[in-house]
Amino acid sequence: MNNDILLLERVSKHFPVNSLRRGGKFVHAMDEISFSLKRGEVLAIVGESGSGKTTTANVIARIYKQTSGSVTFEGREISKNMSREDELRYHKKVQMIFQDPFGALNPTRTVEGILERPFLIHKIASKRKDVKDRIDEILTQVGLEPPEQFTRKFPHELSGGQRQRVNIARAFAVEPELILADEPTSMLDVSNRMSIMNMMLYLKESHGVSFIYITHDLAGARYMSDRIIVMYAGMIMEIGPAEKIINDSFHPYTKLLKTAAPSPEIGLKRKKLITGGDIPSLIDPPDGCRFHPRCPFASDICSLEMPVMKKIDEDHYVRCFLR
Amino acid sequence: MISMDKYDVTPILQCKKLVAGYKMKSGFVHAVDDVSFDLEKGGFLGIAGESGCGKSTLAFAIMRLLKDNAKIESGEIIFKGRDLARLKDNEMKKIRWVDISMVFQSAMNALNPVLSIGEQLTDAVHAHSEVTQSEAHDKAIEVLKLVDISQDRFNSYPHQLSGGMKQRVMIAMALILNPTLVIMDEPTTALDVVVQRTIIEKIQELRNALGFSVIFITHDLSLLVEISDTLAIMYAGKIVEYGSAEALFNHPLHPYTIGLMNSFPSLTGKISRMGGIEGKPPNLLDPPEGCRFSPRCPQAMSICRKSYPSLENKGENHSVACFLHEGVDKP
Repeated sequence: MNNDILLLERVSKHFPVNSLRRGGKFVHAMDEISFSLKRGEVLAIVGESGSGKTTTANVIARIYKQTSGSVTFEGREISKNMSREDELRYHKKVQMIFQDPFGALNPTRTVEGILERPFLIHKIASKRKDVKDRIDEILTQVGLEPPEQFTRKFPHELSGGQRQRVNIARAFAVEPELILADEPTSMLDVSNRMSIMNMMLYLKESHGVSFIYITHDLAGARYMSDRIIVMYAGMIMEIGPAEKIINDSFHPYTKLLKTAAPSPEIGLKRKKLITGGDIPSLIDPPDGCRFHPRCPFASDICSLEMPVMKKIDEDHYVRCFLR
Repeated sequence: MISMDKYDVTPILQCKKLVAGYKMKSGFVHAVDDVSFDLEKGGFLGIAGESGCGKSTLAFAIMRLLKDNAKIESGEIIFKGRDLARLKDNEMKKIRWVDISMVFQSAMNALNPVLSIGEQLTDAVHAHSEVTQSEAHDKAIEVLKLVDISQDRFNSYPHQLSGGMKQRVMIAMALILNPTLVIMDEPTTALDVVVQRTIIEKIQELRNALGFSVIFITHDLSLLVEISDTLAIMYAGKIVEYGSAEALFNHPLHPYTIGLMNSFPSLTGKISRMGGIEGKPPNLLDPPEGCRFSPRCPQAMSICRKSYPSLENKGENHSVACFLHEGVDKP
């Protein structure tokens, strides 16, 4: 019995630049991405800006259509062109939480107005009274209590943390199977961060949903997830169980992320970064391994050929010639 | 007052009972309320706190760059023997950027989009000193080199640079007149971890080479503990805990500091469910009576709601404003 809820096979997304000109170039935002997600699992995608992690979420959420490759959800391949009914059915099962809690809520609607939409669009409840009960219930679950204090409020009357709670409530309102959370805590105040993370973990347990959690914070990924994917310049560099990625990371890029992360426990013993530089241009990505221009261990082959994903341990794969 | 007897040099900056805030229709908001600290030459002071705790207001007050509706109400900012709070605007102009400079929060907005970075850097020199065009040009090239930006970038416009490079240009601009003190207001917040790390390494390297002092403001306590000598934790306009980074990290005393420390999952060690801090900071127009943290404090006692605890010395280079530790000498 296949337990995977989501399967991506060699999914790529290229954005045209200067599309009006012939022979225009492409931004390789996402290249040959393959991974699977088990039911009830939390999978974190970690990487710098421009690594393609948000594009990956947007392709799964069908905000963008992939250039090539296939996305399979609950055993059925998601075709690029869906009927309106299929599209609606898919979005009832796959919900997204956005990074910016200020931009994701309609400023002209009250919290109630925002939260009743998913119930009406997906025809989950139609009677006023039912919708109202469901809204109260979900608001309580995300910690906006008592609900009647919040239903009449507009987004500008809420703090950042409260707005993100409304976003989360909206995503969970339709009882989805999969939640795509795109850096949901990066724009929140520090003191709010842990409570939002804990609440998402709690809701994941109680609703039995699967989670893709996108972040640039390796420690946060470890706290939230079962498995971690490390992306660089549009490609997966390493994938494995969270503890293995943190403690036995293999790829030089994962190690770089690890040394760069603030960690007071290490304090003064910190090693100096061995590499600097920026993510390469994704219009003309470097030949061979995309990390080789920054990699301290790069050899000749790294600039010529793209390494393939190799298994180095149970569930632990890495894209590097060192292995 | 915090004793600094470990350092026999007189501090280059002393903040004494500084009160600053904003005039609103409904009253005066005390964004910085009775803040005192010392910064010695070459020192690195980190100020941590949530948004709205007054940390940026404190920075702008020291620079005397507060907005029109804001003012320094009372207190002193002693810099090289002069009280910045009482200086006339034209006298402050001679100090600003020459002696005290600032790296602003978002480099993307702080740079002028229609001027090349070279022009902006030379402008900064011309505005504060009488030099020829070519001297200013040389100076600009020199500081760009300090922050590892090659000189062919001199004529680049901000949009042609990456976020990390723009932030390094901001640092170059802050250093161009060789100041004694650089105030950095969340200089790395919008940047990726790897870029953040390279910027931090650069700052430390330049500080060791040039000997300027730094006030570093951020909400990222885990970063601050690592890079500062001294830490001040601010909450609702007040310093609630102050001391060496080591002491604060190993023995945080104030429940707010402990809460902040628990807000960052760790990369090493065991994973445990962490708490963070419930609730949100108070409205400074109408701050709660007593300790301002008491409504969110898990250990609040009845006295906490009545009077405000003063900042008391607890051991060497460590002080805290909390009734839990009143009269207790060592943790």
